[in-house]
Amino acid sequence: MKLTVIGAAVLAAAMTLAAGHLTAQSPPQDDSEKEIERYRQMLSDPFSNPGYLAVDRGEEIWTTKRGTKNVSLEGCDLGEGAGKLEGAYARLPRHFADADKVMDLEQRLLWCMDKVQGLDTKDVLSRRFSSPGKASDLEDLTAFIANKSNGMKLEPQLKHAKELEMAAVGEELFYRRGGVMDFSCATCHAEEGKRIRLQGLPNLSVPGATAQATMATWPTYRVSQSALRTMQHRLWDCYRQQRWPVPDFGSDSLTALTVFLNKQAAGGELNVPSIKR
Amino acid sequence: MIRSAFASLALSAFALCAPALAQDKPAKPSQATIEAYVKSTFGKAPAEWQARITPDESLAACNVHRNQVSSADAEAITKRELARVSYPADGKFLGNWKEGYKVANNGRGGQFSDPPDTVSGGNCFACHQLDPKELSYGTLGPSLAAYGKDRKYDAEAIKDAYTKIYNSQAVVPCSNMPRFGTNKVLSEQQIKDVMAYLFDPESPVNK
Ligand code: HEC
Ligand code: HEC
Repeated sequence: MKLTVIGAAVLAAAMTLAAGHLTAQSPPQDDSEKEIERYRQMLSDPFSNPGYLAVDRGEEIWTTKRGTKNVSLEGCDLGEGAGKLEGAYARLPRHFADADKVMDLEQRLLWCMDKVQGLDTKDVLSRRFSSPGKASDLEDLTAFIANKSNGMKLEPQLKHAKELEMAAVGEELFYRRGGVMDFSCATCHAEEGKRIRLQGLPNLSVPGATAQATMATWPTYRVSQSALRTMQHRLWDCYRQQRWPVPDFGSDSLTALTVFLNKQAAGGELNVPSIKR
Repeated sequence: MIRSAFASLALSAFALCAPALAQDKPAKPSQATIEAYVKSTFGKAPAEWQARITPDESLAACNVHRNQVSSADAEAITKRELARVSYPADGKFLGNWKEGYKVANNGRGGQFSDPPDTVSGGNCFACHQLDPKELSYGTLGPSLAAYGKDRKYDAEAIKDAYTKIYNSQAVVPCSNMPRFGTNKVLSEQQIKDVMAYLFDPESPVNK
């Protein structure tokens, strides 16, 4: 796909305006109003949102034959049937009978790489978060697959006993304080209209509009990191800010938190990859 | 703007599925289940880090009740945490306000991405307004602008603030403010300096 390159500087400027707009008390000026409108269009325009480069790379990886079985991931069942992508992300995480486990998209992809492709996932895991010059298969695949749920509503799966356990434990973890600062998610995300320094903090402790606007816009292209990021990375980053130890990638607490947050965000309409600060 | 645009779209959608959610209220998981999840995610961290996320008695009570503890618990917490405050042996509470500004402005330390020799800051600006001229401040805590001046630099107020900064829960049980002294985030000297930032008449906080 051709990308009309928008200078990173322009993008960054638009983001600064948008971020300021979220927190500032004063009414917006006409100019910034226009900038924000332009920024909003960029969100869903495949030609100016760099996140769509990840979508394209992800499609390529999805259809590439790899592993000892030399097959593509198209035989992978993401919950809707083998190879079916439409709506899969909107209903993840969910319980998979073959693994008897509740998995988010990245956990499921790792499972399929192992079981369907016979791929040694060590290299894929070492690139779980991209860095300059080092793309991440998992980020790219997530961008591609999540994009196939655009326009659909987040539909958290809360039928299987293990899905219900995930939601309940996720809620407990949201309120669990610890680390040298005694922080929990709730320290920063349980009140309306709060900010840390100048960054606005979404209140994720109540179901509804804020949680929807938050969860329905991941994965996202993060301008500050010049990279597409997924919820796995966001939670890794928040546990870092929380002064907790490094969370294990694709582990149960992160999936539990995601199930809980998606439950708060049920009904939010997906529009991804988005662009964020 | 952006968030609210999404929000209004999403709001109508939410109204439709709210009743379904109400039936899905899951039972509270056992403590053992919660600990198993924590272990699966953080179990590979070094022992020192494990200890940091093992709640002490006060924090355990705050966690169970999501900070809304009973009055009996509240009393037990303030009593316990007050006993963990250690006051300066020289009886002096105030250091150098300029150094104190650095402590208040520094948000580094304690993160897994920090190099081991990182000097921790108090990150007071993350949650408090202090120097009214500094526009980049958070709102999780109340404004502390003119803190010393408003209290007429009173000796009792100075001791209370030292207690608060050393161990916030000695004053307010389950406070969202870190226990800087007790958790060894800040040294005694750093606390004295940040105290001076609050209480020195020359500090920008009181200008
Ligand atoms: C010390 C404060 C702090 C703690 C603790 C914290 N976060 Fe965050 N969180 C932030 C900040 C700052 C942002 C970025 C907000 C922005 O960029 O506007 C953020 C962003 C997020 C986002 C994305 C918001 C968006 O608009 O896309 C999610 C989701 C989130 N946090 C969840 C959590 C969870 C779950 C936890 C607990 C594991 C947690 N956070 C703990 C400060 C914190
Ligand atoms: C995570 C947010 C957070 C951080 C960081 C933080 N505080 Fe607080 N602080 C609070 C909250 C919330 C309150 C109000 C509730 C309470 O008193 O516990 C508070 C209250 C206070 C008070 C008492 C105010 C009064 O009512 O008289 C003082 C003094 C104070 N903080 C000083 C500091 C200093 C100095 C620092 C930096 C070393 C700091 N705080 C860092 C959240 C924070």
